[in-house]
Amino acid sequence: MKKLMPLLFEMSSAGRTGFSLPASDVPELAIESMVPDSMIRKAAPGLPELSEVDVVRHFTNLSLLNHGVDTGFYPLGSCTMKYNPKVNENAARLPGFARMHPEMPEKGAQGSLRIIHDMDVWLSEICGMDRFTLQPVAGAHGELTGMFIIRAYHLKRGDALRDKILAPDSSHGTNPASAAAAGMTVVQVASDARGNVDIEDLKAKVGPDTAGLMLTNPNTLGLFDEHIKQITEIVHKAGGLVYYDGANANAIMGKSRPGDMGFDVVHINLHKTFSTPHGGGGPGSGPVGVKKALEPFLPCPLVVKDGETYRWDYDRPDSIGHVHSFNGNFAVVLKAWSYIRTMGPDGLRAASELAVLNANYIMEALKGDFELGYDRTCKHEFVLSGSKQKKESGVRTLDMAKRLLDYGYHAPTVYFPLIVEEAIMIEPTETESKETLDEFICAMKRIAKEAKENPENLHTAPHTTPVGRLDETLAARKPILRWKKEDNA
Amino acid sequence: MGAPRNYLPATEREVSEMLEKIGARSIDGLFSDIPEELKLKKRLALPESLSEPELVAELERISGTNRADAVCFAGGGIYDHYVPAAVDHMLLRSEFYTAYTPYQPEISQGTLTAIFQYQTMICELTGMDQANASMYDAATASAEAAIMCASQTGRKKVVITKATNPRYRDVVKTYGAPRGFEVVEIPYDPKTGQTDEAKLAEAAKGAACVIAQNPNYFGVIEDMPALSEAAHSDGGLFVAVVNPVSLAVLEAPRNYGADIAVGEGQSMGNGMNFGGPLLGFMAATSQLVRRMPGRLVGQTVDNRGQRAFVLTLQTREQHIRRENATSNICSNEGLCALAATIHLALLGPKGLRKVAEASMWKAHYLAKAISECTEYKLRFSGPFFNEFAIQGKGCVKELREKLLEEGILGGIPLSSAYPELKHNSLWAVTELRTKKQMDKLVSLLEVNY
Repeated sequence: MKKLMPLLFEMSSAGRTGFSLPASDVPELAIESMVPDSMIRKAAPGLPELSEVDVVRHFTNLSLLNHGVDTGFYPLGSCTMKYNPKVNENAARLPGFARMHPEMPEKGAQGSLRIIHDMDVWLSEICGMDRFTLQPVAGAHGELTGMFIIRAYHLKRGDALRDKILAPDSSHGTNPASAAAAGMTVVQVASDARGNVDIEDLKAKVGPDTAGLMLTNPNTLGLFDEHIKQITEIVHKAGGLVYYDGANANAIMGKSRPGDMGFDVVHINLHKTFSTPHGGGGPGSGPVGVKKALEPFLPCPLVVKDGETYRWDYDRPDSIGHVHSFNGNFAVVLKAWSYIRTMGPDGLRAASELAVLNANYIMEALKGDFELGYDRTCKHEFVLSGSKQKKESGVRTLDMAKRLLDYGYHAPTVYFPLIVEEAIMIEPTETESKETLDEFICAMKRIAKEAKENPENLHTAPHTTPVGRLDETLAARKPILRWKKEDNA
Repeated sequence: MGAPRNYLPATEREVSEMLEKIGARSIDGLFSDIPEELKLKKRLALPESLSEPELVAELERISGTNRADAVCFAGGGIYDHYVPAAVDHMLLRSEFYTAYTPYQPEISQGTLTAIFQYQTMICELTGMDQANASMYDAATASAEAAIMCASQTGRKKVVITKATNPRYRDVVKTYGAPRGFEVVEIPYDPKTGQTDEAKLAEAAKGAACVIAQNPNYFGVIEDMPALSEAAHSDGGLFVAVVNPVSLAVLEAPRNYGADIAVGEGQSMGNGMNFGGPLLGFMAATSQLVRRMPGRLVGQTVDNRGQRAFVLTLQTREQHIRRENATSNICSNEGLCALAATIHLALLGPKGLRKVAEASMWKAHYLAKAISECTEYKLRFSGPFFNEFAIQGKGCVKELREKLLEEGILGGIPLSSAYPELKHNSLWAVTELRTKKQMDKLVSLLEVNY
């Protein structure tokens, strides 16, 4: 087996370290005098022994094997891979914020409390809601919090039998998973020929057992549901609540608001719409906003402002409780605060407008080369289908996605949403220039051409990346989930 | 006011060219699918845009109203440990922090290789067979562990020691309520601060699991081998909630029979950040790996015969299994796990032990000094790691405000979570505290109580 790079464990040399501490200024007691024998560790953990330069070179070289937004275009649909402004990283590193222990008395935490309070007010304004909690730390965590809130609302009203959550067949996988994690049963609702929720199917499925409906709008096809008002009314009439999955909110800032559409609970992904970095899989932040009637159920505590002073409000008897150890991902919230403060009302609206412009520009340019499931104006993203290429030359969407890596792009989201065959979901975001979009369009057209002329080259792509296609079956059949010397002989 | 252009490259000319290609007259034309009544007619009521220098000044001003400069004696799961400079320098490699979850392994080997090494380090610390790629924090990791145990055993009773962090217990209850979990709390011995194993064995009857924190919330070291045995007495599983720094000197969870080990990884290379982002870690025996929530990175080979890493066993996860997934978690705390990996690589086994020992020595020095003050005594007699409870005579909240004026962040009040511990507070000490700082604190406590 060839090794691209040695791992830390393979570089280890006994006696090295990359760390120093001052000599002890207090008595050095023996462990045996402080810990009972049965609780003393007998063998040290097998961590690597390395000097600082070993560690820095290892991680620097590892970073070079990654593609990030700063490396190049990242049109990953539904993930909103917009540019992450650098000043926001500095903001989160200011010692006055970064060195704050969460158990600081309110008097010494006015700055941090103010950030949380501002974000509650601003997100409420942007979404048309009444109150936000900043405690959920990811989109799915926000969904789960929202489901807990919906459940608590029905229980409080003595409506204990509402345990069904409706979700369209185009929904994100986290939607049904979050509903199930909150004890709900998921009922799937069909989409109609224009990619909207099928109204007749919705009417047939709502009833006295409906706890609510989870919806993304614009939906995962990148389409604004034209009947949204009617949809929320149908669910409300049946006694249910409507949940807004904010994964696609980058299309509507300053243009339209979930609260005005009739949504009762909303989550927003600060790591998508509000420019905080994804970190290779987190930390994110998934604040949840509600309408007045649901405010009592929000997680505990919230920040309130009394005159010029901020304080925690723990007196919330109907709250669902805590969903996180402390105050959510504060450092992420702070980066989003900086972003909103930089963009202002006009900047946020312009961001959504340009995100939609960029998506429509690519869609228009590519619809001759690829099949387009729903030929109507899209919002911030759109979904192509690789079905034509699959039929004509046996080239699958996966092959084309892998070939894009050779052109220096991250691949779009593929095989999602599930209702489009061979789906290719493209979201450019507003932070990409026209040249970038033109070059990407050009690469996509060349790949469409290559599918006809040299399909083999696509089946074996990528060719120029640090590693080629991986044996994923082997990984799952014989899982090796940690390093051991014997697996790497 | 116009829109700030810092992050918006499109010029007016380019916008017109693009609209023309699309065949739209205006940008507003692209929003014609939004029903007229739902179009926002007003400008958002938000503060006006700031330039970068104005923003920086505003941030500095606001952060200045915090007392982050205060010398920290608070813990409760979040600790003021030293983070070597190299950690943040590596975290600022934007190839790491501007990447998404590594769905395209061919261009994500940086993230995947790092997580694989993180999983290995967590296994080494805990002694467990497998670790996942991270959870949100120790609280949600504890809740997810309870869910794993419930599905493994088909039982709904979850036993948790009352000496486990009250915030973690609260989240276990929030997560457990819709699943119909019966959460039973085991009291601690009011003298030692340790959990009573006889009471635990009694409660473990018919339980899916017993969750016990070590060192517990009071900093007291539990007799984990005894608790583990009691927990297993009726077929339930044992979940250990552990402080990773303590594992340099305290027994590894697997060695006393834990089935799952979870904990708060903030202490490994992550700042305090007012409580987030944190790093939940989770490790389990290999029998439980297919019930694990979240991402797992596995080793495989590519079509060029090279070792490579990839997200694996994904049929547990929400994007494949939807409502039948083991958990709804998607984004986790990847960058915090990366910080932990870099941190542990710099410290090595000896460095981690130095941090653990220095924290313990200093905590023992301070505990002794405070207990010699006339009006204070050590609340519990059990052995402790780097944190301990102190009983005084007056209001802890007032004491903390007085100390804050002197530049000290005092111990956490215990009475809101434990009404029986009136006038008690919880003090944490790390390797960063100096004798001078501790002596100053003690002299202040001599005159404030």
